[in-house]
Amino acid sequence: MADKIQIAGLSVEMVRKGSGPALLFLHSGDGVEAAQPAIDLLSKSFDVIAPSHPGFGGTDLPANFSTIDDLAYFYLDLLDELDLTDVVLCGASFGGWLAMEMAIKSTARLSRLVLADAVGVKFGSRDTRDIADLFALTPAEIPPLLFHDVARFAVDYTKVPEPQLARIARNREAFTLFSWSPTLYDPKLRQRLHRVDLPTLVLWGANDRVVNLDYGRALAGTLPSASLEVIPSCGHLPHVEQVATFADHVVRFAGAATPSRKGIRA
Amino acid sequence: MKFYYFSEQGYYPVWDEIQGPLRTDPGSKLAEPAVAHRLLNRCIDEWTLADQLGMNIMVNEHHASYTCMSVSCMLTLSILARVTKNARLLALGVPLFNRPDPYRVAEEAAYVDTMSGGRLELGLVKGAGYELPISNQNPVRNMDRFWEAHDLLLKAFTSHDGPVSWESENYQYRNINVIPRCFQQPHPPIWMPTFSGNNAREIARRGYTMATFTTGYGSKGVFDAYRETFAQTHGRAAPPERIAYLGMVAVAKDEKTARERGARVASYAHATERTPPAKLNPPGYMSVADNARLLPNQGAISFFYNKTLPDGRKMSNPPTIDEFVQAGMLFCGTPDQVAEQIMRFSTAMGGVGNMIVQMGGMLEDEENRDSLYLFGSEVVPRLKELHLSAAAE
Repeated sequence: MADKIQIAGLSVEMVRKGSGPALLFLHSGDGVEAAQPAIDLLSKSFDVIAPSHPGFGGTDLPANFSTIDDLAYFYLDLLDELDLTDVVLCGASFGGWLAMEMAIKSTARLSRLVLADAVGVKFGSRDTRDIADLFALTPAEIPPLLFHDVARFAVDYTKVPEPQLARIARNREAFTLFSWSPTLYDPKLRQRLHRVDLPTLVLWGANDRVVNLDYGRALAGTLPSASLEVIPSCGHLPHVEQVATFADHVVRFAGAATPSRKGIRA
Repeated sequence: MKFYYFSEQGYYPVWDEIQGPLRTDPGSKLAEPAVAHRLLNRCIDEWTLADQLGMNIMVNEHHASYTCMSVSCMLTLSILARVTKNARLLALGVPLFNRPDPYRVAEEAAYVDTMSGGRLELGLVKGAGYELPISNQNPVRNMDRFWEAHDLLLKAFTSHDGPVSWESENYQYRNINVIPRCFQQPHPPIWMPTFSGNNAREIARRGYTMATFTTGYGSKGVFDAYRETFAQTHGRAAPPERIAYLGMVAVAKDEKTARERGARVASYAHATERTPPAKLNPPGYMSVADNARLLPNQGAISFFYNKTLPDGRKMSNPPTIDEFVQAGMLFCGTPDQVAEQIMRFSTAMGGVGNMIVQMGGMLEDEENRDSLYLFGSEVVPRLKELHLSAAAE
């Protein structure tokens, strides 16, 4: 269950579970709820810290928060206030974008980076969209874009209780606030990725229809020290659709002896 | 009661041909340039006729749409400022939260006001949710942006001693200096439309003219909220001319022809209901509470359907012409019948000082002109008699 804690002056809803090296999990645009099975599995190997981002779930949204940078600085403050060190930073989709925005600013408290189908970077030409527009869809049109096995993830909103509907609507609004335009990317991020001096694992769903595998390859090729692992029978959200495979990859990558970070940027 | 003639300047000849949405999605290849040329000029001719009949004029704008070819209120009004003589020129309105550049809005409004010799009535609207993907403006916090753009407009209109600056999260300007300044000082009368009581109160507090669009007898609560807050804020009853209602209208000499015309005017309502559901209500356009309520229905919202009739019955889906008339959304019939319908509606609403008369839809040129002529020459004189009490309930 999530607790409420005070971070950087905000009331933050946060799941903390397990023991081991610290792992900060940054959820995707649909909120932390869908990540619960992944959090449960990862908690067998890590001290998992999984907040709801400002504006999502039950976490405050200050009136002066409007950009992905606001969230990135908030999470750097969170690492400071919780005094976490050697943190495995793990982000999915929008959370992967957020993780990269943190890592270009400071990796002082981080040890490794895991990105699952991360958005946030523009590789293609100006007249080709790299990342699907997730904001021009009816609720029923979203699962076919997000999942390989769509039938497993269709939601009947007529059967969802009201408090949960309000959370979904709030998550959708916050997701839109931070990523409406430029749509799910930061034009400056690509030129700053050289600063990510962390061993990085890039995980990609083989059938991602939001950002395809070519994008994943380009991202892994742009980060200073990244390897790419493709997850079969999987769409945009490996931490939801292939939970065990996702967790295995994270444990194998982050459980290895921590290499020296020196030399990564050379 | 004052009267404003309005048409959306639709490209209606392909409404039946196009399957699905008429806004945002269908490509422009079906709009023949020569036909668009003829239709746009026809609309200018209709407004010129309205001016000659002693009526006023309303224009609007939409984007990427077969239901409305006007892409800027001020573009259309800059023509009408020149070719009409007496009509008040109402833009209702400029979609303020969809406009990235409010300073430009101020410049264009001042231009039209000057060109027309002070006939501009400046309507400021939020903007349609389905046009946020077109303007690319963020749906979230749209009302914050609306009111800030409003403040910026007023500052631009009222600063006459050289450039002023504006620096905020939403807008950056170093040299705001509108030349020519507005003909009407300090600025043209401001109008705002709304569908909600809360917004009506805010509009009343500011003393602006409030309009509701095609909401029929269900508008009473919004009008009451406006009048109540106006009286509290300003210490006097709201004059009827501060209240406006837009209804669809079709007039003919005989009832049968009028009903045929009514169906073609009301085709506009059916056309707009075809807007792509995914784009109608982008996340953040409506409140979290509203969106939570709408989720079980896939976030769908409707402007013209699913209304409750004055007798408590629900409309059919789609509504019939009779239901549109009963609802007060369409005034349709002979001049006597239309005058009687509007009089009854205005009385029930506690006095509507401005009636905005929407025709167009799929009406052909001649029948639209005839309907407009009958309204201006036969309905208006009947309604002029209507006594509007400022203190009406």
